[in-house]
Amino acid sequence: MARAISPRRKALNTAIAWTIGIMIFFPILWTFLTSFKTEAQAIADPPVWFLFDWTTENYTTVQERSNYFRHFWNSVVISVGSTIIGLAIAIPAAWSMAFVPSKHTKNILMWMLSTKMLPPVGVLVPIYLIFRDLKLLDTQFGLIIVLTLINLPIIVWMLYTYFKEIPGEILEAARMDGASLRSEVLYILLPMAVPGIASTMLLNIILAWNEAFWTLNLTAAKAAPLTAFIASYSSPEGLFYAKLSAASTMAIAPILIMGWFSQKQLVRGLTFGAVK
Amino acid sequence: MATKASRSAARVMIAPSVLLLLGWMLIPLALTLYFSVLRYNLLMPGANPFVGIENYTYFLTDPAFTDAIINTLLLVGGVLLITVLGGIGLAILLDQPMWGQGIVRILVIAPFFVMPTVSALVWKNMFMNPVNGLFAYLAKAVGMQPFDFFAVAPLASIIGIVSWQWLPFATLILLTAMQSLDSEQLEAAEMDGAGPVARFRYIMLPHMARAITVVILIQTIFLLSIFAEILVTTNGGPGTASTNLTFLVYAESLLRFDVGTGSAGGVVAIVLANIVAIFLMRMIGKNLDT
Repeated sequence: MARAISPRRKALNTAIAWTIGIMIFFPILWTFLTSFKTEAQAIADPPVWFLFDWTTENYTTVQERSNYFRHFWNSVVISVGSTIIGLAIAIPAAWSMAFVPSKHTKNILMWMLSTKMLPPVGVLVPIYLIFRDLKLLDTQFGLIIVLTLINLPIIVWMLYTYFKEIPGEILEAARMDGASLRSEVLYILLPMAVPGIASTMLLNIILAWNEAFWTLNLTAAKAAPLTAFIASYSSPEGLFYAKLSAASTMAIAPILIMGWFSQKQLVRGLTFGAVK
Repeated sequence: MATKASRSAARVMIAPSVLLLLGWMLIPLALTLYFSVLRYNLLMPGANPFVGIENYTYFLTDPAFTDAIINTLLLVGGVLLITVLGGIGLAILLDQPMWGQGIVRILVIAPFFVMPTVSALVWKNMFMNPVNGLFAYLAKAVGMQPFDFFAVAPLASIIGIVSWQWLPFATLILLTAMQSLDSEQLEAAEMDGAGPVARFRYIMLPHMARAITVVILIQTIFLLSIFAEILVTTNGGPGTASTNLTFLVYAESLLRFDVGTGSAGGVVAIVLANIVAIFLMRMIGKNLDT
């Protein structure tokens, strides 16, 4: 129950919370605003806020000079590709652990989680050399493999926690009626688990989109997703704040929107069910 | 109940995940261990003789290693301190009745979704740049010298950026924990004359304890591997002033092409991460039973 509090107290809470919220969000807002300025306005002293001639010139420049959409497309292919492959591998595994648990189930889950705790830098050298020898460096395919594997434990875990909430009796009833395993999973389980699968998918696309260790180390120019493309702005030439802002805005906007939708699932996905 | 047939089906269906993860873990791990005892430099092709623990001695006695360990601890510790304390404060604040709670929540969470390279570059250039940054402008406006963040305090600046990225995570999880706190308990305490400090100390904090531990452990795992933020802001410098263990291993193996030493460093990183992982796994494992 909400406690009755005085309107004054509520107004004070609101003022403090909004001030802090806006301060935390400010760098994103500032990037967004700067992306519509000219380079001169972007470094103007004093800074210009809303009253400037809004221009979309930076967006076209970024695209023309560096073929932005290729990198954007790389990000889409890599994050969506790795998530879908991950789901295809994880759904059967999660089904089997949730509905046919054995005495090993808990150990397998914990072991899967432990692979996630391996620091990437511990296996950087061999992965880099294997990729070099298999000609997978700087390819979309190579990155899809790596991101599928690093996110697979999270996908299995999230699906497992969602599947656990579905009563096994429904699946059993279908089995009694003669449904094969394939139709049991495809036509009974999956439709019931759509919300869970959707949020698993969303969170993993976000994680893959923002992954910045493997994408930076395993790509050069061709397959570089946005994380690596933006990194090329670290050695700038001339005035570039407005262009950096435009590139950044396009890189974070889609994921920010998806993120806001999945904030509830985020807790579940990132704490492996340890906080509910 | 599970039949014999469904048991074998279950094994078949779990096999791809297990085999893939097993391969992903064992093959690179075995190779890292193997490379770590070889003299192996990509710039010097030819035989890669076995050298025993030479790479480890070299890596562990390198002054850069001591710096990297200290920087790693400062980075992890600094970010944890800021995000956990800030997260507790924000969680309690956001749990209070107010207008527009949903919007504030969205604003606070946003930084978590910004990719590391973007947040590092935006902070470095548009805020912390000593000439054109917004902070320099603010300093000049109040008559102070602009502060050259990355030249004077590179590690502290990175701690600031990373804290901004992870504060939403801590807030979100602690807020989730706060919301499961029965408000009648707080009311009862209030009626019994417990002041705000006592309510925080004896009701809220114990209630959040578990979530705080989870936040610390999970963030530690991720913070030990901070890489992109260092790469695009300072490149580990000046000198080794902002080199952490992850960055040092990267520099050894992919910049100096010393596979042997890099691998030895990788093994050291794995050992350190495992110490944290053991505690985390124990907590999650306990929760799995209930």
